[in-house]
Amino acid sequence: MELTTVWFILIAVLWTGYFVLEGFDFGVGILLPVLGRDDLERRVMINTIGPVWDGNEVWVLVAGGATFAAFPEWYATLFSGFYLPLFLILVSLIFRNVAFEYRSKGDSETWKQWWDRAIFFGSLVPALLWGVAFGNIVRGVEIDADKEFVGSFFDLLNPYALLGGLVTLSLFVTHGAIFLSLKTVGEIRSRARSIATRTGLAAAVFAVVFLGWTAVQRDGAEHFGWFVGMAVVAAVALLGALEANRRGREGWAFVGTATTLAFAVASLFTSLFPNVMPSSLDDAWSLTTTNAASTHTTLVIMTWVAAIFTPIVLAYQTWTFVIFRRRIGVQHIPTPKGVASESPQAPARPAADAAT
Amino acid sequence: MEPLDLARWQFGITTVYHFLFVPITIGLAFLVAGLQTAWYRTQQPKYLRLTKYFGKLFLINFALGLVTGIVQEFQFGMNWSDYSRFVGDIFGAPLAIEGLLAFFLESTFLGLWIFGWDRLSPKLHLATIWIAATGTLLSAYFILAANSFMQNPVGYEYNPATGRAELVDFAAVLTNKVTLVTFPHTIFGAFMTAGALVLGVSLWNLVRRPDRDPDAFRTSGRMASIVLLVAALGVAASGDQQAKVMTDVQPMKMAAAEAQYETRDHASFSIFSIGTPDGSEETFSLRVPGMLSFLAEGDWNATVEGIDNLQSGYELMYGPGDYTPNIALTYWTFRFMIGIGMLATLPALWLLWCTRKGRPLCVRRFALPVAIALPLLPLLANSFGWIFTEMGRQPWIVFGLMPTSAGVSPTVSAGEVLTSMIGFTLIYGLLAVIEVRLLLKTIKGGLPELPQPATDDTDGGNPTDPGAGPDNDDRELAFAY
Ligand code: HDD
Ligand code: HEM
Ligand code: HEM
Repeated sequence: MELTTVWFILIAVLWTGYFVLEGFDFGVGILLPVLGRDDLERRVMINTIGPVWDGNEVWVLVAGGATFAAFPEWYATLFSGFYLPLFLILVSLIFRNVAFEYRSKGDSETWKQWWDRAIFFGSLVPALLWGVAFGNIVRGVEIDADKEFVGSFFDLLNPYALLGGLVTLSLFVTHGAIFLSLKTVGEIRSRARSIATRTGLAAAVFAVVFLGWTAVQRDGAEHFGWFVGMAVVAAVALLGALEANRRGREGWAFVGTATTLAFAVASLFTSLFPNVMPSSLDDAWSLTTTNAASTHTTLVIMTWVAAIFTPIVLAYQTWTFVIFRRRIGVQHIPTPKGVASESPQAPARPAADAAT
Repeated sequence: MEPLDLARWQFGITTVYHFLFVPITIGLAFLVAGLQTAWYRTQQPKYLRLTKYFGKLFLINFALGLVTGIVQEFQFGMNWSDYSRFVGDIFGAPLAIEGLLAFFLESTFLGLWIFGWDRLSPKLHLATIWIAATGTLLSAYFILAANSFMQNPVGYEYNPATGRAELVDFAAVLTNKVTLVTFPHTIFGAFMTAGALVLGVSLWNLVRRPDRDPDAFRTSGRMASIVLLVAALGVAASGDQQAKVMTDVQPMKMAAAEAQYETRDHASFSIFSIGTPDGSEETFSLRVPGMLSFLAEGDWNATVEGIDNLQSGYELMYGPGDYTPNIALTYWTFRFMIGIGMLATLPALWLLWCTRKGRPLCVRRFALPVAIALPLLPLLANSFGWIFTEMGRQPWIVFGLMPTSAGVSPTVSAGEVLTSMIGFTLIYGLLAVIEVRLLLKTIKGGLPELPQPATDDTDGGNPTDPGAGPDNDDRELAFAY
């Protein structure tokens, strides 16, 4: 296989990792005001993702960096072209991330309320905008002969791309709800399960319409069969997830939504290939895996680096999820003892079970 | 203003802001790891309490380092798209490797450290902070390798067909001689910064709350003083090396640092000077004879090229144009970096001297303002150092290869850049206020008390809960947001 193709797949893998992992973070953040009825419940929700959200977010940083290294033209056109949406995403991520870290470090009600808002909007906006961005990439935008984006901000807000935004938004909410049902005990768990059913149905409708619309646009394009196959897997996995959720099989439900996200990303990338950013002005001006790529030398080096380090990263991130697999509920949240709301505990010596 | 100027301002503001948090993160990660190691070895409670106390300050700071870094990752594409196209083949690789090697390591292991107090064995838990700290070094190395390429492009070949710089030797990029001197200098600078912070906080506690944990703060204050002093030696030694490398690869920056227009032997270094703003005429200055020659070449009598000479040389090489950076700015930032930074060593020397051999703190009169000002000194020195480095490179974005004006995104409008610049500036300002208040609150809170140790290793499982087991007991989390 061409190295440029390998890197196209690797970029797709990075985005998949990002959507599957940060997808549930976003979902939890968006559900915060919906499912968390009081401060204690909201803290339970935040702490289900506490140890992992930062690691999840790095997937997008690496996706960005890897695009820069492997497809500099793509990186340049994409991020200068989608300037304002990206700015909004960055602002959202700034507030959201600071909120996780700072929320528990103040005591006043207003302090917490403001950070709760930051978490909600900071999750909602990127969840929507990443979908809008991908919708536009797949649909094609105005790229001129110099590989520059010459469209306007408002061109990006077309119905197809906005529908893409609703797809990611509803999928992430569902994914997050199922994650919460898997990671909590008590009332939040049952509330999360029932809301997953409702948002999941909405997600199924949006996703099927979106993928169908994509299929109509792409009919006859290269790899069309592959695209349809993957889109169908994504849809079936979502229905499976909803059924598993209904039956209370939370683990399977989570596997289901994760599969949906993975195959949805895969199907979109398949429909793009060999373009990375099609031009709506002239096919010849599209950015492709070859005309946007770095030189062979860079790709060879990056391939070695990725081949060695990606498995290591996957191993220790998986291990983290195992370490923090325990479900939590309101009874596990340390109550404010005297002054600071999070007085540190003495590290217990390793209980036999905790060490594994 | 043109998009170019706005983009430059935005890059300068956001990067300098990012670099307020970065050195604290790098240095404090290691200091906290050291404190926790001391606790692990000695089991003395004071080390654990110091670990938690400075660990909390570390995390408050880390949060902002992180979010401002995210902006950096995408900014090259947003505002400097033509630059990205031109150098992506070379510059993108260290950036991507930084993410894959360093960011994953830092974020994952810090998560384990923050939440893992009761989930990991003490030894493994200690390892997580060391791994996270190592991650910060990796991060610094790769990003500095990327930056050094802009100062001194190596390992590439210009391809006229594609109009891009293309990678031919990645090892050369990673072992750029500028990287090799910049990395130690920046890391020592980071240790100075963190050392000054810990010293300032310890001193404040000792003076302001003398009856609260004086022993612990005495320990942390002395430890921080030693770190600060050793790091200051390292900064000076590596800075001297940097000056030599700089003279070699960017002689114009060196000449600008001294505002020296004519080529001279036995060139002197002015501690400060008064004259016209661009330094072309001088009315008064305090000079160390031969010092500039020594900084530049390691020889008190060496010839140092002047700005005028270099300017005409560059015109011959690159065609007509202005190849001189902003002289006043480079002149003063270079001095402020050295002067303000090195001032931070005085309180450290004083503290070590007056607490020697178990003595209590002696003079208290000026200690409070010193404690408050101290952490700001290396922080400012760092900013001046970067402003000097980056402004001294002008008018080039990649030295000798690409002018800054050619790197800016051609299709991004002034309005768009202005929106993001104002947006980021306001948000960063707001976050700065919040962070400082939170830091002060945490500092004033003093060392956390340790709760009574658990009575039994396996305690915590709720005996009345039939499902009680490792995965669903009612033990509280050791840490929760
Ligand atoms: C605590 C902060 C601090 C202190 C006290 C110093 N520096 Fe520094 N300096 C930096 C923090 C810094 C920095 C912010 O980290 C820079 C910016 C880029 C870099 O490599 O490090 C820097 C850059 C920098 C450069 C520019 C390198 C280039 O552009 O290629 C030189 C020549 C020196 N330093 C030399 C010195 C000398 C001779 C010092 C004192 C004896 C000194 N610095 C103290
Ligand atoms: C973190 C420490 C850094 C600081 C404080 C810093 C500071 C600055 C400043 C003040 C400017 C504005 C110069 C001007 O307006 O002319 C600038 C420009 C720039 N720097 Fe740095 N810089 C840092 C690191 C880096 C690194 C690591 C890179 C690349 C990897 C980089 C790339 C650039 C670019 C692309 C510009 C824009 C072009 C320009 O205006 O010069 N900087 N930086
Ligand atoms: C302009 C170029 C730069 C870019 C693109 C950049 C990018 C980033 C990003 C994306 C993060 C967040 C990582 C996370 O999520 O954990 C970050 C943090 C960090 N950066 Fe930068 N950075 C730049 C300049 C620098 C420089 C010059 C240094 C060091 C000399 C540095 C050292 C660090 C360190 C140690 C961290 C981790 C600690 C923290 O988050 O505070 N960065 N950077």
